[in-house]
Amino acid sequence: MKKSKQFWPFIGSALLVYIVIQFLISVGILNDYHTNTLVFMAINIILAVSLHLVIGITGQFSLGHAGFLAVGAYISAIVTMKLELPFIVAILLAGVVATLAGLIVGIPSLRLRGDYLAIATLGFAEIIRITFLNIDYVGGAAGMQVSHLTNWTYAFICLFVTIVVIVNFTNSRHGRACIAIRENEIAADAMGINTTYYKVMAFAIGAFFAGVAGALYAHNFYIIQPQNFGFLRSVEILIFVVLGGLGSLSGAVVATILLTLVSTFLQNYPETRMIIYSLVLIIVMLYRPKGLMGTMEITDYFKLWRGAKGGKQHGK
Amino acid sequence: MEWLQQLINGISLGSIYALIALGYTMVYGIIKLINFAHGEVFMVGSFLGFIAISVWDFGFFPALLFSMGACAVFGVLIERIAYKRLRNATRIAALITAIGVSLLIQNGVIYIRGAQLITYPEVFENKSFMLFGAQISTQAILILSVSIALMLILYIIVHKTKIGKAMRAVSHDAEAAKLMGINVDNTISATFAIGSALAGAAGVIFGVYYTKIDPLMGVIPGLKAFVAAVLGGIGIIPGAMVGGLLLGVVETTVNAMGFSLWRDAAAFIILILILIFKPEGIFGKNTREKV
Amino acid sequence: MVNDPLLQVKSVGIQFGGLKAVSNFNLEINEGELIGLIGPNGAGKTTSFNLLTGVYAPTEGEILFAGQRINGLPPFKVTRKGISRTFQNIRLFNELSVLDNVKVAYHSQSKNTVASSILRLPSHFSEEQRMEQKALEFLKIFELEKYKDEEARNLPYGKQRRLEIARALAAGPRLLLLDEPAAGMNPQETKELMDLIAFVRKEFSLSILLIEHDMNLVMGICERIYVLDHGVLLAQGSPEEIRNNPKVIEAYLGEEVPHEHS
Repeated sequence: MKKSKQFWPFIGSALLVYIVIQFLISVGILNDYHTNTLVFMAINIILAVSLHLVIGITGQFSLGHAGFLAVGAYISAIVTMKLELPFIVAILLAGVVATLAGLIVGIPSLRLRGDYLAIATLGFAEIIRITFLNIDYVGGAAGMQVSHLTNWTYAFICLFVTIVVIVNFTNSRHGRACIAIRENEIAADAMGINTTYYKVMAFAIGAFFAGVAGALYAHNFYIIQPQNFGFLRSVEILIFVVLGGLGSLSGAVVATILLTLVSTFLQNYPETRMIIYSLVLIIVMLYRPKGLMGTMEITDYFKLWRGAKGGKQHGK
Repeated sequence: MEWLQQLINGISLGSIYALIALGYTMVYGIIKLINFAHGEVFMVGSFLGFIAISVWDFGFFPALLFSMGACAVFGVLIERIAYKRLRNATRIAALITAIGVSLLIQNGVIYIRGAQLITYPEVFENKSFMLFGAQISTQAILILSVSIALMLILYIIVHKTKIGKAMRAVSHDAEAAKLMGINVDNTISATFAIGSALAGAAGVIFGVYYTKIDPLMGVIPGLKAFVAAVLGGIGIIPGAMVGGLLLGVVETTVNAMGFSLWRDAAAFIILILILIFKPEGIFGKNTREKV
Repeated sequence: MVNDPLLQVKSVGIQFGGLKAVSNFNLEINEGELIGLIGPNGAGKTTSFNLLTGVYAPTEGEILFAGQRINGLPPFKVTRKGISRTFQNIRLFNELSVLDNVKVAYHSQSKNTVASSILRLPSHFSEEQRMEQKALEFLKIFELEKYKDEEARNLPYGKQRRLEIARALAAGPRLLLLDEPAAGMNPQETKELMDLIAFVRKEFSLSILLIEHDMNLVMGICERIYVLDHGVLLAQGSPEEIRNNPKVIEAYLGEEVPHEHS
């Protein structure tokens, strides 16, 4: 949405998607199961797009995104179930507290890079999970009952805001600074970019939306347990981003939609699902290490089709 | 003599971490890859040992050797099939592939034989004796001696043999080693073989000592062994041994203090502290990127 | 104050472990000067650049820029004070377009907030437009405007070097540090580059510090030359003085091959 001529079609088509699906839900063509899948898809896209900002744009390899998801889920559950405040407050607070967690996790990124950072973020997420496991107030290992409040409208609005914010951030001098850090941190520093600030910023924004996703997730499944937020969950989100193409937002969205559908179909065969996931992951890394779309966006393909040799943009 | 008891428990657990950590550290030292699938080699080793003991009626030592040999082959296969093409790939691509291999092995084993727990057969009569008021099982003694023996053998291989010299040369500078006529590919494969054999041994020892195994058993010990490797200084062999033992003792201490649910967090807190304050580890040297 | 040098380096040194990479390094650059820093491989030239730009903090001595102490500042702050650089091993933002590479350097001269970009406030658009225009102007000067949408990594080698200089200039320096800008270029390209350096120096009233491995090259364009060897300042003076300095001749000129330590 760098220019308004891309912005309005995006708003228009988003609105159209929302209205059509809402219509199908209200007349009963899409049943609860379908709606649930769509909501789950929206949650996964929010997670993928928020992680995309951290890994794909800023190049900070995080293996702990499920930790922020957990923070959002538990905080929102406390807000609605214990404090009995409205859901919208829960969503916002989930995002804010997850941001604080993101700031803390972002700090090691000041000193660590590459796989060391990945391991440190993994460690942080595990610590978060074990902490919830040990707090009786939120039910410990048994988990916490949560009412079903998430619906298609909430999910869609959150998804829409996530994409607009992250695309607008990416296509600005701030986003360019983040990409510069990804491409060459030493040169970015030498060009006057406060690399610390932007790395922590990317972690914070990414964590905010993961927290929002956590609120939606918690209120969509009746119960949350620490085991829902383990290392595997982080890996799953990572797979969405990597498969679509590190650095490609639309790639992450497309990959998330496809993989969510695959895993819905294979719901009753979890091993088969994981075997397919892992094989796809290995094969893509070996033969197309930049992911299916690389850093290209869907809009770039449109430009290629038109034959115009346009400039490359990151984000939509 | 409660503390002595805990110390012994800690060292037993720590020696298992150390055996796994050695494989992590050797592989990282030579190709700068965190081999996430290493924990799964440990798991597979444990299952192979189980089959050898309970199906084929092997004794402990034949089962240990069989598992080590099979894991060595398995490790080399993983390296040749999945990692070899990634030599010039980005670190992120390599790490993601390793995670993929790890998931594949886990779920492959679950697919074949289900996710349920298996009970290891008893291979030794478990006697125990008192020493300074601490109860020490013969198994603990055996495990410790086997681990120490394996580490000594590793030390001799790395420092006294030709292949060990080649491994050190390649981890120092692969390009230069190549120019000196060292077969880099074979050296890397040998590193995987040795590291995987140690993980296989750790798997059998784990099964005998803790008696319960399952296809996801490799995940947490694998991650912790990696923590141990980082703690000691990644790429440094004595570092992995010390890091493993230290981590085992810390965990049993946390456990003994009544925080058993926090036990798993202890390793990760140590990891983050060491990464922030001394990322090169206890034995590591500080290196900086060349500008 | 008018006559104070722009950059004063006072007995600066750095140790890595026990190794002294550079020691007792003294250097002064006046407003508008073009200075050469030469020496054999491994003499500590790039290390001294890293000291000046904050990549390394000196373990001894003091660096003053425009009268302010800058040692210990992180690189991005040094750049904002007015020193920018190029790298010996090219460090472009490979997957960004040529235009965006230059725009990144404008980053710190822009004031609009993260919120203004996310909400697409008018300040976002006006700043983006201003950056785009200025970046295009620079690309024109460096004859790179027709490559503006090309990814930086797809440029030919010589053009990549030019882009690095354009990017460094866009950061708005008063002092420009060039680390072997002509490395790998043929004589024709080198000649054009030197003319370009002379041009931008006038146009933007810059001071320039130039590292060159090849001593003859800098003799022509530099007013003064510093010679480093084994991390120590061996000599300084006009090209003529350096050419006739027996220590320099011994260490560097006459027998270059035996002194290739690297």
